[in-house]
Amino acid sequence: MPRITLEPRFQVEYLSILDSDGNLDTALEPKLAGEDLRALYRAMVLGRRLDERMVRLQRQGRIGTFAPTKGQEASQMGSAFTLRRIDWMVPSFRETAAMIWRGWPIEKLLLFFAGHLEGGQPALDQHDLPITIPVATQLPHAVGLAYAAQYRGDDVVVMAYFGDGATSEGDFHEALNFAGVWHVPVVFVCQNNQWAISVPLKKQTHSRTIAQKALAYGLPGIQVDGNDVLAVYAAAREAVDRARAGDGPTLIECVTYRLGVHTTADDPTKYRTDEEVAMWEQKDPLTRFRAYLEKRNLLEANVEQRIDEEIAEAVRRFESAPPADPLTMFDHVYAELPADLKAQREAMAAREPAAPARTGEMPPPSPTPMRGQRLTRR
Amino acid sequence: MAAMTYREALNLALREEMRRDPRVFVIGEEVGLYEGAYKVTQGLLKEFGGQRVVDTPIAESGFTGVGIGAAMVGLRPVIEMMTFNFALLALDQIVNSAAKMYYMSGGQFNVPIVIRGPGGPAAQLAAQHSQSMETYFYHVPGLKVVRPTTPMDAKGLLKSAIRDDNPVIFIEAETLYSVKGEVPDDPEFLIPLGKALVRREGTDVTVIAYMGMMYRAMEAAEELEKEGISVELVDPRTLRPMDTETIIGSVRKTHRAVVVEAGAGFAGMGSEIVAFVTEQAFDDLDAPVERVTGANAPMPYARNLEKLKTPSKDKILAAVRRVCNANGS
Repeated sequence: MPRITLEPRFQVEYLSILDSDGNLDTALEPKLAGEDLRALYRAMVLGRRLDERMVRLQRQGRIGTFAPTKGQEASQMGSAFTLRRIDWMVPSFRETAAMIWRGWPIEKLLLFFAGHLEGGQPALDQHDLPITIPVATQLPHAVGLAYAAQYRGDDVVVMAYFGDGATSEGDFHEALNFAGVWHVPVVFVCQNNQWAISVPLKKQTHSRTIAQKALAYGLPGIQVDGNDVLAVYAAAREAVDRARAGDGPTLIECVTYRLGVHTTADDPTKYRTDEEVAMWEQKDPLTRFRAYLEKRNLLEANVEQRIDEEIAEAVRRFESAPPADPLTMFDHVYAELPADLKAQREAMAAREPAAPARTGEMPPPSPTPMRGQRLTRR
Repeated sequence: MAAMTYREALNLALREEMRRDPRVFVIGEEVGLYEGAYKVTQGLLKEFGGQRVVDTPIAESGFTGVGIGAAMVGLRPVIEMMTFNFALLALDQIVNSAAKMYYMSGGQFNVPIVIRGPGGPAAQLAAQHSQSMETYFYHVPGLKVVRPTTPMDAKGLLKSAIRDDNPVIFIEAETLYSVKGEVPDDPEFLIPLGKALVRREGTDVTVIAYMGMMYRAMEAAEELEKEGISVELVDPRTLRPMDTETIIGSVRKTHRAVVVEAGAGFAGMGSEIVAFVTEQAFDDLDAPVERVTGANAPMPYARNLEKLKTPSKDKILAAVRRVCNANGS
């Protein structure tokens, strides 16, 4: 038998439409309405301003540890913008900008990072999974959502977010493998922000790109300039349309950069240089998009100021929430309260002062709405 | 009632629940065309098709995670572990996702999945394939853990597990698949989770055991009866939530207790049972509670060593005689 060469298709596209110098590839420029472009910009600015505010809140001890978004707004918004409300978004833990866009009230997100039960509750009609902290574990869940959509014949696309570090996890491999074999409607969005805490991409993988990993699972992969919101949008649009048409999953690698800390418990000066950060600041996704909108006369006046006011209002509402009710510790462990938990709950109720009455605009936690029980209509 | 094997009882439970509820599907390695490594899913592919009886790549974490995702949006997956030892590969998905999702989403996403398959000592499957895996799971708040001893329990408990709104770990046993027993035909026959069963009434000592150990304890009880020791046998059936009430009630009656478990004894099920019996019924006890457990060593491959590692009828007899202060005959 001869030794022959097999020729699997192996090419990875890189997509850039609006570069950091403001050069625009008009042939590739997506046909987005002015209102859409404005909405995108507002969401990105909101992501940035909220992020900065949250870092201050954390430093003041008003919220707990969280993972800032700064620098990744285009990767998140360019992709999330392609989803309809009935599509599912599966976040990791850094998708603040996209989560707000998807309908999480700002104060709810703040409550989440202050440890309140209400903060982790998406609204009943919101097709978003909660924040996932363990790395890459959400990717098989996303495939499960897509399998359920296929199972029931739902017209639904699932978009899952993760970082470059997550691509080393077994769950990344298993999820892409299942998605490929089953041909389910899921879009994997990797925000390659160059650093998994202190480990740079080159220590994470010897692959030239992350996008090429898709090819091993028999699905298309594309690398985009993750700081170019138009390029991310174009790639995501294509992937979502493909999934919706029944043509299976896609992996999108957004090449971006975490301008801030990994989490508020991290000090990046220990592992990366100021020059590197400064170089990426030149590629800031907001700067070039703002210039693009300005050139097209689409920039709204005082948008930043109005966003800051919106954030300040939300922070005020968040701060008016009373401390977490101790007894909620026993809520939602099981769908019903088993005898041992009931006994512990009663013991705590006798020990702890009664929880303060809830005021303000946050509704009290609902008793087991059993969201998973609801069948999505065909 | 019909006489059938434990395997057939599980198969019937799956079949009935899949007929009853279109959201129920079976997923795992070899569950379709091959009809399960232990033939529990026999005939299901033919009846329900490939969308509901899903052969997967060899990826326990992957198919467990997929099942969790599907359950979060309202399906009811039954995930088969070819053996429960393989569930170690899915431990993060089970512990950090399945058990925590309902809690961390503030009650918005529950995970109604059943993860089932055989576990515990078998016949020369050696150290990595003979572990009593329940210990890894019953420690985790959010999980329910079931160990069905008889064909009737296999059917009634599996059906309840599938209808339960929580993730349920359902561990069967290789050595029990061919055991026969009476099983109700009624498709609405359910055994509630969290309810123990007094399998044999007695007055002198309570023996708490499940799975293969219950069968050994039954033999021991019959022998002890001849010596004049009346043994009450309690089968917890669900290990979490544990029906402490039934166990305590029995101990209050007999004043003596022995716990038998197949797995290594250190921090095992027996430790927990002894702890709550001591906490709640100390003044009722006439003797220290004894544990009869597997040796604190991995399961040996050699047949004679395997036999020595797992609790025998003789060890149960000796323990019961000790707590009853009887010398035996």
